[in-house]
Amino acid sequence: ENKLLTEPLSHPDFFSVKELFTLKDLFDARVHLGHKKGCRHRFMEPYIFGCRLDQDIIDLDQTMQHLQLALNFTAHVAYRGGIILFVSRKRQFCHLIESTARACGEYAHTRYWQGGLLTNANIQLGHGVRLPDLLIFLSTLNNVFEPHVAIRDAAKMSIPTVGVVDTNCNPCLITYPIPGNDDSPTAMELYCKLFRMTIIRAKDKRRQSEAIEELR
Amino acid sequence: TLRLICTTMAVQQKNVGAAGPEKYTEAFIKKQIEEFNLGKRHLANMMGEDPETFTQEDIDRAIAYLFPSGLFDKQARPMMKHPTEIFPEQRKIQWGEDGRPFHFLFYTGKQSYYSLMHETYEKLLNVQKHQDQLTVQDLPLQKEKRNLAGSRWLTKIELEEMLLEKLSDDDYSRFIQLLQKLVALPCADIEKEYIQKFSKEVPAQLQKVVIEPLQYDERGVAFSTGEGKRKTARATAVVYDNGSGKITVNGIDILHYFPVLQDREQLLFPFQFLGRIGKHDMVCTVSGGGRSAQAGAIRLASAKALRSFVTEKEVEFMRQAGLLTVDPRVKERKKPGQEGPRRKFTWKKR
Repeated sequence: ENKLLTEPLSHPDFFSVKELFTLKDLFDARVHLGHKKGCRHRFMEPYIFGCRLDQDIIDLDQTMQHLQLALNFTAHVAYRGGIILFVSRKRQFCHLIESTARACGEYAHTRYWQGGLLTNANIQLGHGVRLPDLLIFLSTLNNVFEPHVAIRDAAKMSIPTVGVVDTNCNPCLITYPIPGNDDSPTAMELYCKLFRMTIIRAKDKRRQSEAIEELR
Repeated sequence: TLRLICTTMAVQQKNVGAAGPEKYTEAFIKKQIEEFNLGKRHLANMMGEDPETFTQEDIDRAIAYLFPSGLFDKQARPMMKHPTEIFPEQRKIQWGEDGRPFHFLFYTGKQSYYSLMHETYEKLLNVQKHQDQLTVQDLPLQKEKRNLAGSRWLTKIELEEMLLEKLSDDDYSRFIQLLQKLVALPCADIEKEYIQKFSKEVPAQLQKVVIEPLQYDERGVAFSTGEGKRKTARATAVVYDNGSGKITVNGIDILHYFPVLQDREQLLFPFQFLGRIGKHDMVCTVSGGGRSAQAGAIRLASAKALRSFVTEKEVEFMRQAGLLTVDPRVKERKKPGQEGPRRKFTWKKR
């Protein structure tokens, strides 16, 4: 059993996550489009390629690297049977994200976030709950354009986070930020597809490895 | 220097009442069901009946016989019911052995409500997709007209019972708005079964008053009866057709029974309203009440009797004139600390 857990950690890309997307896919899904110059957040400046006609363009080379790291991390978490929670407060994509989570066999929370959900879980969700092991933010802002409470709560409860940060978001407390567009439907569908494929791949690999171990 | 502080056990005990409502485990409910079945067989043996065919009604009768109780509240009396009726349905533990919750929306807090919203939104998208397909093929959208009246949505309490979860008013109104949006689409007939789960029929409350048909006596004259009341007076009137306007009360002519003009006017008002003053004869009996009350009672009785002689439109006119309504005014009771129903005792400053 030790071998099952330590073997994936020796390879840099055990789940071959790089094959899932190309730069052209990201460009076609309009991931590089950011908000206007006035909405720009100070900490997002390193991730921005440039500004055209007042609209910020996100650097897709950096996005590729960050996305690869994030997908690799989610694959490892899913391989070890961790609980993944998809969070977003965008009303347009609520249904899409919930269906993605259901398809993966993981969990989603695209509704109003009650204050003590992570910090007060033993009382709110029942005694002896297991908290999520990874939080994936498909949109870091809530409906009032402020950082989502779950980022701060996950940092408090030492839960790693993966998040798609747009040009008006604060990437500070997120462990694996992914600079990219979070407003276009095509971009969201791309992210959902990528996360779904990585998680399913990781789970399948885990089942295969367990079957091989049992045969020995 | 250290001081030894002694406290009582009472300070260290936890607050027992703060645990919340009792949570019953599945094993507990199973044991209760077994005990109930055993008890049912014992009871049947005691009553000398067959344990196999002992129904719930027999149990209730047996318990009422063995434990007679004079308490007024039926729910306070001893009862023996199946545990599923006594212990309310509760949520079992939501996660498996490895700690992973069963439902994919568990971490929202209100999993059944949000999964319901998710499903309903999915039906909405389905209907929209179907509509788009039909418009692409240039086919007509709506086939039959739906019956809109006669159904209502589930109330908030009924929805709470269905979901086994508390809802807020805001949540409930949002769900109803989503359902209304779904129903408003032309192709919503596809999801009719799903919508029917959340709607209930309202029984038609039209209680039409049946107007009795005319009866005919030995001479072939049409007549009809009516009853009326006012304060404590009760009256019955029989109105005959082809008459000359004679009115008899308790065997006495109205001129002798009601010497006051006001009472006679009250009696004649229905006939005057319909314009049939000299055309009908009336024989009435009245008891109770005073002079004015008896007159009012006979007026109501004669109006009710006249409904059979008259068209529906004129019945509606009579109803709007107030001839067919029972006057609800009765003598108000005297209250303690006051001289009459409203009059207080004289206020004295000192």
